[in-house]
Amino acid sequence: MVEENLEVREGVDRETVETVQNMGSYKYGWDTEIEMEFAPKGVNEDIVRLISEKNEEPEWMTEWRLQAFRRWKEMAEPDWAMLKIPAIDYQDIYYYARPKSMETKPKSLDEVDPKLLATYEKLGIPLKEQLILAGVEGAEKLQEGETRVAVDAVFDSVSVGTTFKDELAKAGVIFCSISEAIKEHPELVKKYLGSVVPQSDNFFATLNSAVFSDGSFVYIPPNTRCPMELSTYFRINAENTGQFERTLIIADKGSYVSYLEGCTAPKRDTAQLHAAVVEIVVLEDAEVKYSTVQNWFPGDEDGKGGIYNFVTKRADCREARAKVMWTQVETGSAITWKYPSCILRGDDTQGEFYSIAIANNWQQADTGTKMIHLGKNTKSRIVSKGISAGQAQNTYRGLVTMHPKAKNSRNYTQCDSLLIGDKCGAHTVPYIEVKNNSSRVEHEATTSKVDDDQLFYCRARGMDEEEAVALVVNGFCREVLQALPMEFAMEAQSLVAISLEGSVG
Amino acid sequence: MSAVEKQNPVEARLDALTIPEGGFAAPARAEALARLRAMGLPGRRDEYWKYTNPADLVAAMPPVAPAFDNGDETPVFDAIDRLKIVFVDGVFDAAASDDLTLAGVEIARLAEPADISWAGGLYGKLEADGQTPVARPMAALNTAAATDGVLIRVTGQAARPINLIYVHSSETSDPILHHCIKLEAGAELTVLENGPAGARFNKVMEVDVGEGARFHHVRAQGRDHQRRAVTHIFARVAANALFKSFTLTANGVLTRNECVIDIVGDDAVAHVAGAALGDGATGAFHHDDTVFVTHGALRCESRQVFKKVLKHGATGVFQGKILVKEGAQKTDGYQISQSLLLDDDSQFLAKPELEIYADDVQCSHGSTTGAIDETALFYLRSRGVPVDEAIKLLVLSFLADTIEEIEDERLRDDITERLEAWLNRHQD
Repeated sequence: MVEENLEVREGVDRETVETVQNMGSYKYGWDTEIEMEFAPKGVNEDIVRLISEKNEEPEWMTEWRLQAFRRWKEMAEPDWAMLKIPAIDYQDIYYYARPKSMETKPKSLDEVDPKLLATYEKLGIPLKEQLILAGVEGAEKLQEGETRVAVDAVFDSVSVGTTFKDELAKAGVIFCSISEAIKEHPELVKKYLGSVVPQSDNFFATLNSAVFSDGSFVYIPPNTRCPMELSTYFRINAENTGQFERTLIIADKGSYVSYLEGCTAPKRDTAQLHAAVVEIVVLEDAEVKYSTVQNWFPGDEDGKGGIYNFVTKRADCREARAKVMWTQVETGSAITWKYPSCILRGDDTQGEFYSIAIANNWQQADTGTKMIHLGKNTKSRIVSKGISAGQAQNTYRGLVTMHPKAKNSRNYTQCDSLLIGDKCGAHTVPYIEVKNNSSRVEHEATTSKVDDDQLFYCRARGMDEEEAVALVVNGFCREVLQALPMEFAMEAQSLVAISLEGSVG
Repeated sequence: MSAVEKQNPVEARLDALTIPEGGFAAPARAEALARLRAMGLPGRRDEYWKYTNPADLVAAMPPVAPAFDNGDETPVFDAIDRLKIVFVDGVFDAAASDDLTLAGVEIARLAEPADISWAGGLYGKLEADGQTPVARPMAALNTAAATDGVLIRVTGQAARPINLIYVHSSETSDPILHHCIKLEAGAELTVLENGPAGARFNKVMEVDVGEGARFHHVRAQGRDHQRRAVTHIFARVAANALFKSFTLTANGVLTRNECVIDIVGDDAVAHVAGAALGDGATGAFHHDDTVFVTHGALRCESRQVFKKVLKHGATGVFQGKILVKEGAQKTDGYQISQSLLLDDDSQFLAKPELEIYADDVQCSHGSTTGAIDETALFYLRSRGVPVDEAIKLLVLSFLADTIEEIEDERLRDDITERLEAWLNRHQD
């Protein structure tokens, strides 16, 4: 039993890496034929109520959603990003879809539709937890002493299962779907939901507040180091479905957690909408690392289809010495609109942002971060690497602001852009606001092309052009790749190479 | 304010103006007026005015500002052999000006045009081109309503610099001046500008730099504290040409200097630099440098070098952009914006942008903000340099890169003297 399980685990890892390396194009482009249950297309108060009802939510939650929805109706889609966004018909999207087999939520993972689990296997969920998702008895025990990752998997709108729950519970860690948290831990949800990203923060966040169907919830109790890395895996499967997940992470005083997020979607001709919100609350001396490998379907070579990814991610370092680190590898999506931010409210808090954004073919990315320094002696660091190829447009957009009270604070920003080919674009739009003189802000940005000498060197050693470009680009991204947890770093490196295939020669 | 005015600030502003009629510029004025009406005046919500409140610049009437006394300071550029053209509150002062003749140069005035067929195609042309991708309504307003300005055509090497001197006399003056400068192939000219101009000043300078021509511009904006000014430079730079502009700004409650450079010919060079000194203790200080450089040709070089020294609640703004068009390969673009905050009340707001559509380019920008380097200060003091003197040395060395952009040594020294004099006056 022991051996068998370990083999499955290792097999998946090996397979994941190999498949990623071997596939020429988007490898997650299949869909799973699972009977789905849809709410009618479009969004209105009834749909909002229906979503709330399906999740068996209490009245206050329904009301909260409705409030957001009413605000959303008054709002206009933002147009300041350097993106050409085709008109989105918000009434032509399914706001709720769930696998039929989830109609009554499984009491244990054993009851999960095997097709769903097969889907996760196909995804090569970068890790090993499908073993547990599959409900293999004793699997959790067998893994003791090894690097483990607990996963919450979200399939279209619904969380299909969370692994390692028992063991996490022993440490006092709550890791479950947000719909479950609303029922089981209403006091925490009430206190923190919307406290970092307010209901009416922006157009997409407000829409999410109204219609979010599920997502993950994490609470790390005081002085607890989360015994394993936590992970969410998102997949959009059904056609014309918008995915609106909501993640809430609370790191109580002195705690630590590392959180991984991955996402995929099937190949479709029509674009799909994804508008997520991630809120992170970091209390005194706590630390959160949030890593994302975003690999939504980017559309085909002609720019057809793909995911429109409008994400609001924000961390609030609410108390002294809190730390947060965002790491993102953005290779997917037809459109990326995403600015993971840090509010450095407590004194001596720290925020870091490491990003690789790759745009190939007709992809458009407008991504960056905000570092809002409010407390004394706060520190932030931004390292952004943007790579454009084909006809893609890639924009870094960032804000660093030092408030008058944020004495003795520091920021260092480095954003580098790499252009591959003469039809793509790379842009940098930083905002720098310094309102006291004991703080120091430094910003540097460069734009260049792949170095010919480096390419020549690689080619002279027998690499073909694509390999050589992939290697040079990986070198260009090194600082960010190093910031990723091991599990993701390998896959991210291969993703960098895949994303650029067809961009040279 | 009546409801009608509230609904339409453009009309309220236009009502307060007398738009000159007839002449070669009439079609250009009519087009500019249409542009302005279509764009509307800038407001606080405009992204391009995010860091500068344009209210006082767009108001129908300027806030009252008494003329400023420079004391016994020698006027800037006084020691330079130059051709003076003086405007008092925007009105040409023939008595104070030199004879408008200069070898290799034709000089005319917008208010009294002689044979200026060459100016017909230039007046308002570069301003109109400069309205995309970002609208600049204050410049359109200028083209529509400018009452005077100089029209300069350079065919050879100008023997002396031309010095445009702006005198402020009436406390409610609201001059609008528009200059057009055309350098034919291989020509060379230096233009100097100085003086406070009026209670509120709106100025546009269009510069067409022909192939292989060289244009130098050095400006010292007045020391007047109550100044409200919005200025635009629109430059088109042809192949192998050189464009260089430097601005010194000391004081001023609200100054917005825009510089829009379009590099259209291969192997051209364009540099724009600015040093700003602001002390909020002598009245509010808000200074905004907004620069937009477009590279549309091969192997061109551009530089944006802007530094600000701020104290006592002064605000410095820098919005800079390098746009490299598709096909503008081998572009070398660089932009630096730095500010030195001498105390805790001042602020620096910057938006240094790159927008690049060509792959074989080298573009970079840097921006830093901070206080005086304590280590350097300690070093100087430990060698017996008094603290005030040490700070002055460090500030001057901080600003040195901008001054370096002035090629003429005499002008460089003159500007450096002004900097030192300002620092001596603002030591606490």
